[in-house]
Amino acid sequence: MSDLFGKMAEALIAGNIAGAQDLTKQAIDAGEEPQTILSDGLLPGMDVVGKRFKANDMFIPEVILSAKTMHAAMEILRPLLSEGDAKSAGTVIIGTVEGDLHDIGKNLVAMMLEGGGFDVVDLGTNVTPQQFVDGVKAHKPQLIGMSALLTTTMPKMELTIKALQEAGLRDQVKVMAGGAPVTQQFVDKIGGDAYGANAAAVVDIAKELTA
Amino acid sequence: MVIVGELINASRKAMGAAIEAQDKEAIQKIAKDQFEAGADYIDVNAGIFVGQEPEYLKWLVEIVQEVVDAPCCIDSPDPKAIETALAVHKGTAMLNSISLEKERYEALLPILSGTDLKVVALCMSDDGMPETADQRLAIADKLVNGLIKSNVKVENIYVDPLVQPVSTNVTFGVEFMKAIEGIMANFKGIHTMCGLSNISFGLPNRPFLNQTFMSMSISKGLDGAIINPLDKKMMANIIAAEAIAGKDNFCMNYLTAHREERFVF
Repeated sequence: MSDLFGKMAEALIAGNIAGAQDLTKQAIDAGEEPQTILSDGLLPGMDVVGKRFKANDMFIPEVILSAKTMHAAMEILRPLLSEGDAKSAGTVIIGTVEGDLHDIGKNLVAMMLEGGGFDVVDLGTNVTPQQFVDGVKAHKPQLIGMSALLTTTMPKMELTIKALQEAGLRDQVKVMAGGAPVTQQFVDKIGGDAYGANAAAVVDIAKELTA
Repeated sequence: MVIVGELINASRKAMGAAIEAQDKEAIQKIAKDQFEAGADYIDVNAGIFVGQEPEYLKWLVEIVQEVVDAPCCIDSPDPKAIETALAVHKGTAMLNSISLEKERYEALLPILSGTDLKVVALCMSDDGMPETADQRLAIADKLVNGLIKSNVKVENIYVDPLVQPVSTNVTFGVEFMKAIEGIMANFKGIHTMCGLSNISFGLPNRPFLNQTFMSMSISKGLDGAIINPLDKKMMANIIAAEAIAGKDNFCMNYLTAHREERFVF
């Protein structure tokens, strides 16, 4: 069976959608537990994608194709995963801060987190501090990811953290922040928990924060 | 081709530090280098200095124009910073940029109205970033007509259709170029302008993609660019593309560039 799982990982890395779906079906037919298919076949494949992306050995178009492949395999697998055994790595709420409409980086980060086994709630762009607060109340995430691509909207990150404090929710979530003008220094200053320089870094950061 | 030299931008790390340290000489050298390399406008941006942007921007305009006989491209969304910088600016500045985002539009329109200022009009609205040529053209239409109604001359408008990375959606390059073509056709006398390095985000060998994208966009009518004019290959590429696109009478610029050894890297 490890051969089948190895092939599954290879199909994910290569972005072979039909192949990954076919292998997932084969594994199901062979009687493998859905949770095992996920944790021993699909997730190790995405792990390799993440590592190679980080090492500049795979690039965004290839990573997007791998994520689509993962998604296609999960369409087959998800109905078979019962609530109890679909072990998520954690829930992340993600959004671009108020006044900022840039979504490309935020979408890449969401995609990487999903590939890394996290449940992602994407609040979209132009997300107000209150919407982040409401999102935390509704979804009880372990993590929040904020994106800002403008120096003029970066201060909203600080306001969002303040709003979480005022709502008494700051201790319940770890806050990650990123985007072109954002720096480690800035995240330290506003009281965030982690800074991500690029989408490739986010899965490791999220895993560390939820460990 | 109108070239805006992009290097005096505080969000570039070394430049941010130079501005903060008030390193006049270093900044003036970069202004001069860009001008000598062919920049028509020198972009000045102090966006990272929240609260101090107006005074830094004003200082940048002053020290740049001390050594360079060229207008500045004032790169800020903040009306107070813009007006402070304009007060000391000599000649006709360019503003970078107005957009259809309500707050930005309403803040910048009064500054532009009835003046001869040049303006970059960015195809972005409160509905988000446009992805298709049609979405870009719809925003451009509202923006340009709004500016013209407020007594901004069409020839002073440089529409930036917004470059997005082809790595995340393979249609982004072609949709941008269709937008350039549409804007140039729809508004006689208008210009187009873009910062183009976004096209290659997430891909290796970015300079090569940037140069090819520039050539292809010039063939669709792009006649302005916010770039690093010290990039000799990019500048040579623009000169060659303009000759091929029929924008260089008797290939004079091309031949001048040849004699000045601009094709020697």
